[in-house]
Amino acid sequence: MVSVSTLETAIAAPEIREARIAWLLALPAIVLLFLFILLPTAAVIVLGFTDFELGYSNWRFVGFENYAELFTDRTFRRSLWNTAVYTAIVTPVSIVLALAIAMLIEAETKGKALFRTVYFLPVASLLVAMATVWQFLFHPTIGPINTFLALFGIAGPNWLGASGTVLYGLSIIGTWQSVGFNMVLFLAGLTAIPRELYAAAEVDGAKTWFDRFRLVTWPMLGPTTLFVTTISIINAVKVFETVKTLTEGGPNKASEVLLFTIYQEGFVYLRVGYASAMTVVFLAILVVLMFLQYRVLDRKVHYA
Amino acid sequence: MSVLSLRGITKSYGGNVILKSVGLEAEAGEFIALVGPSGCGKSTLLRIVAGLDHGDTGEIVIGGRDVARMAAADRNVAMVFQSYALYPHLTAGQNIAVPLAMRRLTAMQRLPGIGNFLPGQRQIRTDIQRQVKEMALALKIDHLLDRKPGQMSGGQRQRVALARAMVRRPAVFLMDEPLSNLDANLRVHARGEIVDLHRRAGVPTLYVTHDQSEALSMADRVAVMIGGNLLQLATPKEIYDNPSHIEVARFLGQPKINVLETRIDVAGLVRFGDLVLLANRGQVSDASVKLAIRPEFVRFNPASARRLSARVERMEFLGSEVIVHARLDAIGEVMTSKATPAEAAAWTIGQPVDVEIMPERTMLFDQQGVRLLAEPVAAAAALEKIDG
Amino acid sequence: MTSNAFSVARIARLTVLSLGALLFLAPYIFMVSTAGKPQSEIFSSSLSLIPQQWSYVENFTKALSRVSMTTLLFNGVIVCALIFVIQIVVAIPCAYAMAKLKFRAARTMMVLVMLGLLVPIHATALPIYVAFDKLSVLNTYTALVAPFSISVFAIFLFLQFFRAMPDDLIHAARLDGMSEAGIVARVIVPNAWPAITAFAIFSVVAHWNDLFWPLIVVTNQDYATPPLGLLYFRAAESGDDYGALMAATLIITLPLVTAFLLAQKRFVEGITMTGLKG
Repeated sequence: MVSVSTLETAIAAPEIREARIAWLLALPAIVLLFLFILLPTAAVIVLGFTDFELGYSNWRFVGFENYAELFTDRTFRRSLWNTAVYTAIVTPVSIVLALAIAMLIEAETKGKALFRTVYFLPVASLLVAMATVWQFLFHPTIGPINTFLALFGIAGPNWLGASGTVLYGLSIIGTWQSVGFNMVLFLAGLTAIPRELYAAAEVDGAKTWFDRFRLVTWPMLGPTTLFVTTISIINAVKVFETVKTLTEGGPNKASEVLLFTIYQEGFVYLRVGYASAMTVVFLAILVVLMFLQYRVLDRKVHYA
Repeated sequence: MSVLSLRGITKSYGGNVILKSVGLEAEAGEFIALVGPSGCGKSTLLRIVAGLDHGDTGEIVIGGRDVARMAAADRNVAMVFQSYALYPHLTAGQNIAVPLAMRRLTAMQRLPGIGNFLPGQRQIRTDIQRQVKEMALALKIDHLLDRKPGQMSGGQRQRVALARAMVRRPAVFLMDEPLSNLDANLRVHARGEIVDLHRRAGVPTLYVTHDQSEALSMADRVAVMIGGNLLQLATPKEIYDNPSHIEVARFLGQPKINVLETRIDVAGLVRFGDLVLLANRGQVSDASVKLAIRPEFVRFNPASARRLSARVERMEFLGSEVIVHARLDAIGEVMTSKATPAEAAAWTIGQPVDVEIMPERTMLFDQQGVRLLAEPVAAAAALEKIDG
Repeated sequence: MTSNAFSVARIARLTVLSLGALLFLAPYIFMVSTAGKPQSEIFSSSLSLIPQQWSYVENFTKALSRVSMTTLLFNGVIVCALIFVIQIVVAIPCAYAMAKLKFRAARTMMVLVMLGLLVPIHATALPIYVAFDKLSVLNTYTALVAPFSISVFAIFLFLQFFRAMPDDLIHAARLDGMSEAGIVARVIVPNAWPAITAFAIFSVVAHWNDLFWPLIVVTNQDYATPPLGLLYFRAAESGDDYGALMAATLIITLPLVTAFLLAQKRFVEGITMTGLKG
C-alpha cells in the first residue's frame, strides 16, 4: 500500500507543480483584473444606488432614486436620443461605404495599397486634432465646405453651430473616421473568400456582378459584416472626443451624447452617484449589443 | 463528330508562356484525362475551356458553336473543382439547384421575398426541386439534401459537387482534380464511380489530374501535357506502351522508365551490351540518343561472363513485387527492374548481376526527346553488316 | 479581358475611388494649406489651396509658443510606452498559463476575460477616479497608466495566438530543461512577434488618441497628453486663429501619421488582426 501511495504522489506532484506555476504566471493579471475592472464595475453598480458626491463626506443609499430621476431627466433623455440618432446615421453609412470601397479596391490590381492607405489614414490620425480641422471645414463663413456650396449658389448651414445640423456634422466626422477601419476588416473578409467559389458561380450561370455578389460575396462576408456592425454600433455609442472638442453638447443640448453627459455629471459636477446610474445604463446597452451579436452569430452566419 | 474541339490555344502571363498552341478533339461521350506535372498548363487549359480564363489565341468549339468569346455562364459547361467550391451557406439541395435556378429563373424571380410572388416561378421551382431530387437519388445523396457543406464529409461534399455539375446536362464536363482532396482509399473507390456516372450521362469529359494512375485507369484517352505542350493524346495502353516523346515516357509509369545515354553510329546502329538496335530509315546517324526501357522489361540474372554487368544497390519490397536497383559497372548508371519476390529472394545488396533487356521493348529517342523508330537485330547479323 | 487593360469598368472604378480618396484627404489638404496662411487670407474664404503669403513660420512659432509641444509629445510617448510594456508583461504570462498549462482556474479566468471585454474604461472611470482622488495620485503618470495596465483584450488575443501554437514546441522546450518562465521568455515571446506587433499598434493608436481618461485625471499641463494638450491650446486660443490652430494640429497629428505611412502594411495587418479577433 505504501508503494502505491508514493506512486500516486509521484504522478500528482508534477500536476500540482504545473498548477502552481500557472497561478504564479497568471497572478499579476488576476490581481489587476480585479483591481481595475471587476471591482470598479461592481462599485459603479453600487454607487448607482447612492447619492455619493465627490467633496461631500456623508452619503447614503437611495435605492432606485437615481434611476427614477434619469427617467425624468430631460438632458439624459435628450442625450440617449442624440446618441441613438448619431449611431443610426454613422453605423449604416460607414458600413455601406466601407463595403463599397473595399470591393472596389479588391477588384483593382495596381494601386490597391495606395487607396487602402488613403482611406485608412483617418483611423491613424489623432481624432481631437482632425476634429479641429473639421471644425474649420464646417465654419459657417470661412469654411471650405460652405465656400464650395456657395459656388453653386447654395447657402450652407451653420453646421456645428445650429441645433438642427450639429448631429449631422458630427455624424459626417464620425463616418469619415470609421470607414477606414471597417474597410480593412471587409478587405480581410473579401480576401478570405475562396476564388473557386466565384469560378463555380460563373460556371453555374451567375453572369452579372450582382448575381455573384448575391450568391458568393454577401453570404461569405456574413460573419465579417455582423462583426463590423457590432463594433461600429459600439464605437458610435461611445462617441465623445468630437463632442467634447467641438460642441460641448451644444448648441442647446442638441449634441448632448451619452458619454458626454456622464462626463459632465460625474467629473464636472462631481455627482458620482447619479453619473454611476447613467454608466450602468450605458453598460447595459453594450451588454445587450454583445448578446445580440452572439445570438445572431450562433444562428445565422456560422457555416461550419 | 467531335463535340469539343480546341485549336491552337496559347496563353501567356507577362512573358511566361503557359500554353503553346494546344489543340485536341473530344468525341461524343469520351472521357479524356489531361495529365502532367504541376505547372504544365493543364489547369489553365481547363479554365480557358470553362471561360474562367481567356486564351490569347485559339478556337474553342463546343457542340458546333465557337465559344471562345463567350462568358462562362453561356458556354453550357459544368465544372467540378478541386476544393468542390460548394456554397457554404446553402444546403446540399440548394447548392445543386443553383445552376438550374440561375438559368431558368429571371433575376427578379430569384430575389428573396419579392421573387416568390412573381408569376410563373412556382412551376419552375417545383420543377427544379424534382430535378434536384432525381439527381440526388442517382448519386445516393438524397439523405444529405438538407445539410450544409460544413456538416458533410469530404466524400459527401465531392458527390454534391458532382451532382451540382451534372444536374443541368451540360455539353461538356470539366473536372479539376476532383479526387485530390479525398483520402487514398476513398479516392480509388470514387474513380470507379465517376467512370460509371460518366458512362451513364454520356457527356464528354475533360478530367485534369496530376495522378497518372488516375488518368490511365479512368480515361478513354489520355493527354499528357508538359511545359505548356500537349505532347501526346492516345489511349492509356498506347500512351504507355508507345510514348511519342521521352517526357511522356518518363512521366508515365511507376517506377520510372530507365533512360540511358548512348550513341547511334553511322550505320544507324545502337549497341548496348548484347543489345543491338537498328534505327530504321536512317532518321539519325552518328549522334547521341537516349535508350529507354521500362523496369518490367529489364531482368537481372545471375552473373556470368556476359557483357552488361551491374551490382545490386537497393531493393524496395512492395509486397507483390520487388523493385531492384542495380548500378551498371561500365557507365555507372542505375537501372531499375521489377522482379517477383521469388526472383528477388536470390539477390543481396552488392551482388553482381547481369542485365537483360527485352530488345523488342526498347525505345529510342533523339536528343530533343522525339521518338525514333527502331527494331532489334540479332547481334550476329549486326556484326556481319558492319564487318561486311 | 486582362485586368491591366483600361476597360470602361476599370476607368469608372478608378474614378470613383480617386474622388472618394480626394474627399477623405480633404481635411489633411486644408490642414496643411491653412497652416501656411495668414489670418487675413483665411478670412477671405477662398478655396485656393496655396497660400499667397507664406506664413508657415509665424503660425508654427505661435503654435509652439502657446503650449509646449515637446512636453505633449514626450508625455504621449512615455504614457503609450509604459501602458504597452506593462500590458504585454502582464498579459503574456497569463495567456500562456491559460492556453498551455493545466490549472483549475483557467475556465473561470476565461469567463472573467470575456466579461472584461465588455467593460470599457468609460464604465469603470468613476470609481477609479474617486479612488485616485482619495489616494491623491491625480495628475501623475501613474493615474494615466494604471487603469490600462491590465488589457483583457491582450489576454484574449494572445490566448488565441498561443492556442494555435503546437504543444510539441513546449514539450520540446521542457525536455531541453527550460523552466516555465524560460519557455515564456525564450520560446513563446519570440514566436509571438506577429501578435505582439499587432497588439502594439492597436494599443498605441488607442492610447495616443484617447481623450476621455487624460481629461479626467489630468488638470496640470505638465502631464497633458497630445489630445488634451490640443484641447488646452484651443481653450487658450479664444479667437479664430485657424492658422496657428492648424499648425498645432499638424504638429500633433504628424508623429502617428508618419509612423503609419512608414509602416502602413504592418498597421493595416495589425488593426485587421486585432479587429477580427476582438
